[in-house]
Amino acid sequence: MARMTMIQAIRSAMDVSMARDDNVVVFGEDVGFFGGVFRCTQGLQEKYGKHRCFDTPISESGIIGAAIGMATYGLRPCAEIQFADYMYPGYDQITQEASRIRYRSNNDFTVPMVVRMPTGGGIFGGQTHSQSPEALFAHVSGIKTVIPSNPYDAKGLLIASIEDEDPVMFLEPKRLYNGPFDGHHDRPVPLGKAAIRREGAEVTMLVYGTMVYVAEAAAEEAGVDAEIIDLRTLLPLDMEAIEKSVQKTGRCVIVHEATRTCGYGAELAAIVAENCFYHLESPVVRVTGWDTPYPHAHEWDYFPGPARVGAALKKVMEKA
Amino acid sequence: MSDTKPLSLYVPEPEFRPGDTPDFSNVPIPKAGAAPRPPVDVDPGDIRDLAYTIIRVMNREGEAVGPWADMLSDEEIKEGLEDMMRVRAFDARMLMAQRQGKTSFYMQCLGEEAIACAFSKVLKSGDMNFPTYRQQGLLLSTDYPMVDMINQIYSNAADPLQGRQLPIMYSSKEHGFFTISGNLATQFIQGVGWAMASAIKGDDKIATSWIGEGSTAENDFHSALVFASTYRAPVILNIVNNQWAISTFQGIARGGAATFASRGLGFGIPSLRVDGNDYLAVYAVAKWAADRARAGHGPTLIEYVTYRMGGHSTSDDPSAYRAKEESTSWPLGDPVERLKDYLIKRGVWSDAQHHQMKEMLEAEVAEVQKQAEKNGTLHDGPHSSPGTMFEDVYEEMPLHLRRQRQEAGV
Repeated sequence: MARMTMIQAIRSAMDVSMARDDNVVVFGEDVGFFGGVFRCTQGLQEKYGKHRCFDTPISESGIIGAAIGMATYGLRPCAEIQFADYMYPGYDQITQEASRIRYRSNNDFTVPMVVRMPTGGGIFGGQTHSQSPEALFAHVSGIKTVIPSNPYDAKGLLIASIEDEDPVMFLEPKRLYNGPFDGHHDRPVPLGKAAIRREGAEVTMLVYGTMVYVAEAAAEEAGVDAEIIDLRTLLPLDMEAIEKSVQKTGRCVIVHEATRTCGYGAELAAIVAENCFYHLESPVVRVTGWDTPYPHAHEWDYFPGPARVGAALKKVMEKA
Repeated sequence: MSDTKPLSLYVPEPEFRPGDTPDFSNVPIPKAGAAPRPPVDVDPGDIRDLAYTIIRVMNREGEAVGPWADMLSDEEIKEGLEDMMRVRAFDARMLMAQRQGKTSFYMQCLGEEAIACAFSKVLKSGDMNFPTYRQQGLLLSTDYPMVDMINQIYSNAADPLQGRQLPIMYSSKEHGFFTISGNLATQFIQGVGWAMASAIKGDDKIATSWIGEGSTAENDFHSALVFASTYRAPVILNIVNNQWAISTFQGIARGGAATFASRGLGFGIPSLRVDGNDYLAVYAVAKWAADRARAGHGPTLIEYVTYRMGGHSTSDDPSAYRAKEESTSWPLGDPVERLKDYLIKRGVWSDAQHHQMKEMLEAEVAEVQKQAEKNGTLHDGPHSSPGTMFEDVYEEMPLHLRRQRQEAGV
């Protein structure tokens, strides 16, 4: 079976979903004829027609506002925001509208909508093509936030997100877009379930997206028997998987690319402190992007790499 | 040294503030019947003047004149009068209920009743309104149960929204009434998206978006016009220009001599400005826009020129920021009085009948209020159980919310 990159897997997930359900529509900036700047929607307009895959004006609040309207009509819009960094004009529509329409209408109206967006750095995109805004979504009640780390999951999680009855923010780590991994299947991967990438006994590593690979490399280089948990869905979070693992290993290292202060790692650290404190052998450590704007030339010094993560692993082991 | 003067910032001011005697004699009010009525497939470029005039049907003598007249039967117009009077009676009663502490908040639409009441008559079952908080007439002029509106206002045990929303933020899919947000303008683009969906599916339903003149300054207004015009969405874009955004006069959002309707022209959207206190004109223009949308010709932008006779809400006192006599000096008059005069002039209505109708509606509202109060009020309860607070955040309650509900002990 041919191998798929994450781009191909994401495209295939939309293809599978559009073939299964006429109500699935795909749109965004440059998404139609051209197939998206990262080519995730290539061929979909040709296959399903202009009324199901089309270009939009450069207006993120318009794209998301219109998607909300379509979803309340009964469609399943899967909108693309060209870069996660561009979603801010649509943030009001996400956080105050999409997230609350089910609740405020007592289930009278619902928003089964997916907003896809490439996230994270590592491609020299500078400060407007590299941000990791996942914590800004995870903080909001009523939306789900998903970040896959490989094509298999990307495809299955995107199918599940399109089938989901609630709004889903689907963040695609662009640094992994061209990874040669296998995404060949057409099954949903359930939202809200973490995956254990490596079983281990000495320390739990909580990671998602690109940092899964950084964690794997760091654990191997450091020679630490780490249990690596790929969260996959930040909200709803698989709290039980986290608690079970940390209660077993007694140590926890959290790694993400986003800035540290009030980042998603803060929530993870708090959950571990609240629910696993008496099992801990050493303080929880976060390894994150620095609290600066995303730097262009210095990005490899900005986000966590194996050296910084390896140092954190050694630190938690020393405290034993 | 430069010989130019230093620059200074221009900040528009309304003509009248508290203490002034309002005089609107310099406001040009076009003659009723003067505006042409184009075919619905007109090229928007050919009707640019309609964005700058005021389309009016009822003249000062109480007659319906011109090409936008004669669209409704006497019986339909009497029903329209009853709808407006019901809304007015409802508002008065609910305003009093708020003053009595039975609810936290209320917003009346005094003086603007004609707009939602007439507009609702051009919609069909399955069409969808994306309203603001001042279109209660859309529900009260249909068969939506008034008791459920009061239950919602009271956040009581029978509140269809389980006490989750501010009073008056109704929701009813069945009655074509999208859940009111309370944020401004966000619904304007959502209505366009809903209309696009109807077109994508080859449906025959249309959407209508509502916004106030002040909120046209929000980016969602612009997004809505861009998307509506780009995709020729079957949507009616309604701007209710009631002159005041809380304490801010409409000149702060408008910009010079432009009209709110004229903003549609740059998008190639047919844009009409209509007398919002003229039930017959509102109906005629709304019908024109609905026919146009249903025929696949795309969106229409309508500005309803009206006047907010009451405060913005129960939380502000208009005498602090505008002239006391302004609402009675308003040159387009009172929509209820104008339609009453028209029907009397036609010989199908009388002052006695009008008085009787008013008393009947006041009694009806009082009776429904009594029924609703059996289910409780915000102040005295009962309310839905606190445990419902955790429900419907998602389709299924995730683990963290189940844990929090347990922690809350509800």
